[in-house]
Amino acid sequence: MSKVISLQIDDKEIKAKEGATILEAAKHAGVEIPTLCFYEGLEPYGACRFCSVEIERGGRNQVVASCCYSVEDGLKVKTKTPKITKMRKTILELAAVRSGKDVSGRMLALANEYNANLSRFKMKTPLPQKKCILCGLCVRRCTEANWESAIGFIGRGIYRRIALFPMPAAGLCSTCHYCADVCPTGRITTGSGPHPPFPRVDDVIAGRE
Amino acid sequence: MNELGTPKLVRSPKDLENLREEIKSERKPNKSGISVCVSTGCVALDAPKVKEAFMAELEKQGLRDQVEFKETGCLGFCEQGPRVTIYPEEICYFKVKPEDVPEIISQSIVQKKVLERLLYKDPTTGKRAKKLEDIAFYKYQQRLLLENNAKIDPKNIEDYIALGGYSALARVLFEKTPEEVVEEVKKSKLRGRGGGGFPTALKWETTRNAPGKPKYVIVNCDEGDPGAFMDRSLMEGNPHSVLEGLIIGAYAVGAHEGFVYVREEYPIAVENIGIAIKQAEEYGLLGWGIMGSSFNLRVRVHKGAGAFVSGESSALMTAIEGRVGEPKPKYIHTATKGLWDKPTVLNNVKTWATIPLIILKGADWFKGIGTQDNTGTMIFSLVGKVKNTGLVEVPMGMSLRDLIFKIGGGIRNDKKFKAVQIGGPSGGFIPEEHLDIPVDYDELVRVGSMMGSGGMVVMDEDTCMVDVAKYFVDFLLEESCGKCIPCREGLRVLSNTLGNICAGKGKAEDIQTTEEIAETMKESLLCALGRTAANPVLTSLKYFGEDWEQHIKEKRCKANVCKALIDFYIDPEKCQACQLCLAECPSGAIQGDKDQVHWIDQEKCIKCGTCYEICSFHAVQKLSGEPIPPEPKGIKPNRKLKGEKKNE
Repeated sequence: MSKVISLQIDDKEIKAKEGATILEAAKHAGVEIPTLCFYEGLEPYGACRFCSVEIERGGRNQVVASCCYSVEDGLKVKTKTPKITKMRKTILELAAVRSGKDVSGRMLALANEYNANLSRFKMKTPLPQKKCILCGLCVRRCTEANWESAIGFIGRGIYRRIALFPMPAAGLCSTCHYCADVCPTGRITTGSGPHPPFPRVDDVIAGRE
Repeated sequence: MNELGTPKLVRSPKDLENLREEIKSERKPNKSGISVCVSTGCVALDAPKVKEAFMAELEKQGLRDQVEFKETGCLGFCEQGPRVTIYPEEICYFKVKPEDVPEIISQSIVQKKVLERLLYKDPTTGKRAKKLEDIAFYKYQQRLLLENNAKIDPKNIEDYIALGGYSALARVLFEKTPEEVVEEVKKSKLRGRGGGGFPTALKWETTRNAPGKPKYVIVNCDEGDPGAFMDRSLMEGNPHSVLEGLIIGAYAVGAHEGFVYVREEYPIAVENIGIAIKQAEEYGLLGWGIMGSSFNLRVRVHKGAGAFVSGESSALMTAIEGRVGEPKPKYIHTATKGLWDKPTVLNNVKTWATIPLIILKGADWFKGIGTQDNTGTMIFSLVGKVKNTGLVEVPMGMSLRDLIFKIGGGIRNDKKFKAVQIGGPSGGFIPEEHLDIPVDYDELVRVGSMMGSGGMVVMDEDTCMVDVAKYFVDFLLEESCGKCIPCREGLRVLSNTLGNICAGKGKAEDIQTTEEIAETMKESLLCALGRTAANPVLTSLKYFGEDWEQHIKEKRCKANVCKALIDFYIDPEKCQACQLCLAECPSGAIQGDKDQVHWIDQEKCIKCGTCYEICSFHAVQKLSGEPIPPEPKGIKPNRKLKGEKKNE
């Protein structure tokens, strides 16, 4: 049913299924686009903007998040322009506003790759979750794996944070540690905690709001 | 129950005409009438008391049956409220107080005399103006949408019908196919009044041709910009015009369900649109088989929960769906996949209210107003440091200078103009050099601002552009939904950096950092809020770089706004040793005696500005970036000057 269309990624002619995202198409063609809040199998979320690429459309250049943008016939995509590289560096530095250099996992690897100074914008915040970049992977993983969320967002804007909801967590967390698996900053850890091993999120609020 | 008696069911265009004739014949055109504005602005200025005074006085003089009394919507000149209009002469009285009411009735209604003292007085010429057209604020306006606000009781559908209301709907339902309606709107070149300026007909066409059912139509009345109230005024004053436009749009795209998204902070708008929907249903103008045709539409009101970001179309739709109002991540137009992933047309209040006019008077008439690619009129909320503030409706393409100096009357206290910000908190600042550009969608974007929903804040020379950029960044920081990293953290860092600059802790590299973050936000973000959030910062930097340099290098705020960079100082020549500031100073920083010129102990001063505010001799001054002269200990005051009351 789905049509095959052709497009260009980094001057490489490739074919992709209609409806696929640029990120999927690129992966298929062997072009790697770095991501933070994307996880294969989970619904794209488009929150980190790290996978941004430049596209040419109607003679105009535009920056889009490749995890959310569906491919079009004749689309020209550039994934590594100087503009994009600079933007990714800034995004990494911004993402680390709370954590500073204190990150591990994919964040650290990407920071090295893009030569980002993670403590550039570091500031003292009253919020306890210093490592978390609020990419929402744990929330989506939990919801999509369990049909119920033991973990979720609360607050808006800069007050946004991750919270653990004890009631569903009591039933779910003893057998599942998906959230720890997907966390790109190493914020969520399991194992050494209490029994059952809750994801160790400091912000435990009573019940779901 | 229905206050208007039994509703007269309209089952055909003929019925509507008959009803209109019937309403008109009941109302004599030369009958005396009084209308009082009961919109939010006037209500805040005690319009309800004025209304009660009129009721009581009419009762007392036994004139209840001879005088028609009406509560109407907003005329836009809110600073001069409460506004009262006397018919049939159409004399407008401003700043009416309950005490004025007996005189108005005995003089203007009974003896048909004009009360000079309640007429509007021009601040420059000092002349009194009897009619609206004589007032400079109204003279240059072209009021297509706002005109009827003062003639209609928004809670009475018959007022709207009497003025030709719902005849556009009748024409559409019985004489035009949906395609013809879209074609007519396309010909008029109407562009979305919410700020993006997307061609309305194109949106309608996309939705009409998009697969998927049902289709929805939505009115966006989530107006959250500080200082803007044009959507509210229209919704409060003439809700039926919005509703009629919505029904026409629904017919054109084939939708049978509509939503009106209104902020809950607009209680009068919520009430009036609710009443309008109910009355339209009772009259057979909404619901099943509208006007006897086979077209059905159900409209519901959805009250917003106060998030600024919900004004963004996809966020508004997620909010109606019952989820957290956050923009949808996919790059798909809501016209094809909107509410519950169904094709949805979402337009601003002003766009919907324009539709009946286009249908009635024709696309060619509409195209004649404004410029070639920007047709029609736009409503701005002109606020800030101008003499006349309020709602202004002008044809597109009028120059900014005319808007600010002719309609706005120039800058208050005859200070110098510095900048104007257009388009709400994420609009850019426009400096004097660009004042002659025509106000339209494309020109504004070209100079780094945007039309937005039409907020227009004028700033004078006493404004610090770094401080004001920080104000808007802080507003957006509060209102960002917090999902995307560059927006949430970018605004946080911007606010912090700007705060440092204002506090005199700015570093040379701050400008580059600011630019870098602003550019990243502008390019990479998902929704319009994020993409435009950096506009105030970028335009402030671009046009007022001097202000930034002074803050960072000289630690000086020329406008004397940034507290950390200014010092208060008492001019010994002017100080009369009256001891007023000495007594009022909360930190005891002011020294001196009753026969000795005062001075400020800078160590103790907390820079609250109290002394500056209360000194009647202008002796207290603000210094920035210059050394403070030594303390004038023991000098006797030079008591020659006369004190004057400070303005405001």
